[in-house]
Amino acid sequence: MSQSLRPYLTAVRHSLQAALNLSNFSSQVVERHNRPEVEVPNASAELLLQPMHISRNEHEQVLIEPSVNSVRVSIKVKQADEIEQILVHKFTRFLEQRAESFYVLRRVAIPGFSISFLITNMHTETMNTEKLVDFIIEFMEEVDKEISEMKLFLNARARFVAEAYLGEFVY
Amino acid sequence: MSDSVIANYKLVKAPIYSHCFSQDRSLLAITYNSDCLIYRIVAGGKPQLVATLADHDKTVTAVDISVHGRIVTCSQDRNAIVWEPLSDGSYKPTLVLLRINRAATCVKWAANGFKFAVGSSARIIAVCYYEQENDWWVSKHIKKPIKSTINCISWHDNGVLLACGGTDGYVRVFSGFVKGLDSKSQVSGSPWGEKFPFGTLVREWYHGAWIHGLEWRNNNERLAYVAHDGTLNVVDSAQYFSSVESPEGLPFLSLVWINDNEILCGGYSCHPVLFTEGADGWKFSKNLDKVGASHPSVTSETGDEEDGENSSFGISALKKFKELDLKGKVTTDVQKSTHENAIVELAPFAVSNGNVSQVSSCGLDGKVVIYRI
Repeated sequence: MSQSLRPYLTAVRHSLQAALNLSNFSSQVVERHNRPEVEVPNASAELLLQPMHISRNEHEQVLIEPSVNSVRVSIKVKQADEIEQILVHKFTRFLEQRAESFYVLRRVAIPGFSISFLITNMHTETMNTEKLVDFIIEFMEEVDKEISEMKLFLNARARFVAEAYLGEFVY
Repeated sequence: MSDSVIANYKLVKAPIYSHCFSQDRSLLAITYNSDCLIYRIVAGGKPQLVATLADHDKTVTAVDISVHGRIVTCSQDRNAIVWEPLSDGSYKPTLVLLRINRAATCVKWAANGFKFAVGSSARIIAVCYYEQENDWWVSKHIKKPIKSTINCISWHDNGVLLACGGTDGYVRVFSGFVKGLDSKSQVSGSPWGEKFPFGTLVREWYHGAWIHGLEWRNNNERLAYVAHDGTLNVVDSAQYFSSVESPEGLPFLSLVWINDNEILCGGYSCHPVLFTEGADGWKFSKNLDKVGASHPSVTSETGDEEDGENSSFGISALKKFKELDLKGKVTTDVQKSTHENAIVELAPFAVSNGNVSQVSSCGLDGKVVIYRI
């Protein structure tokens, strides 16, 4: 792990621990509804807490938006060039299409970020909060590795294909 | 399990938002999704389920048992129900006319057991009492100046002063004086004021963070509350104010006065924390049932048995796949506190001459635990 990644992840971990204190909160606007307050256009601003924006550099950022019964965590994955942009897009799309089996994944990332998680009080009641934080931190660690691995693989494959194809034209 | 835990009942596989023991500590009522379960406590054994109160159709948020054994439950379906125990062990439900149009969040009997208060998301506190001539429970509303959901309420022992706290960040003390039920002698000589007509705002304190729990101390006329900013605060009728922070920074959800100078708090840190009042204000005293720093060792289980063998190619490949299979799982049993998730509610369990010696708690992990102080 590089020198600056460690404090970045530590900051995210502590912010998540502070944000993931959720309670079962029934809507005070709509009768008999219980909905994640961070996701609805909110008439009662007191139910939302100050969003936390943690930024390592312009390419790697995390936005944590806590509320009384839900937390939205959005991650911007590093995208250095066009290939990485495509790879990140495909990768997050793959995950988002399978959002049900990830429980905490949001189907659409919020604008400006690659991938979003929505953690509600139902999740913190059935899962271990500490493990949820671990999951998100591990995801952040792994996704960079995964993307650069895919990029290497893609480059190797492109080179091989180009050689095989252009080999036809060698006399 | 540490030595401060007397009993540990794993009752249900769902969060328990509220629990209450009967006066003689033989019955235990807990909330369980849209039901309320009544258990009989068996000495040295598992509690026996004796009744399921299932008239609500949304999450039951709170339950309380009066001195007479009446059970009141309130739920996110906007209703509260009073359950009268019958001689055959069953309970007769009576719907309370709450007249609120949002979820009911908390309920508490007054000390005499003739009225109770219900806090709601409709920014209303309903003070309910039994009306003889109509044979039902009716309610009177306290509306102003509540601006948001009520999270917690607490009756003073005199049966008139009603403290509440909510997501608007205010702690307020109202008068819950019901004509014909209460008498003026109950509040004679109270430091909180002279006259208490129903619904008057006696005092209010602005805290700024959501108030999760509050409790009166009748002996010295003080009020303690815990807020989402991780503080425990104590106020009184004069200018007294004292604040102390949670040692782990995580907010508390509930508190119990142990005696005039000690408060036990429980919340998202999953274990109770004791605070003591010293010469220089309130201070952290000790953690109950806290385990030492957990150190999850990451050694895989498969390691030991195969090390002795001659690690030929096939074995090491097998090992590699086994390790892949274990990815994301914790292989060692990390030692934990008795509650594995946040503590939602604390209540005094045993009191000996004004000193609480045992405290019961319920948590999001579906457990009810009794702690020794």
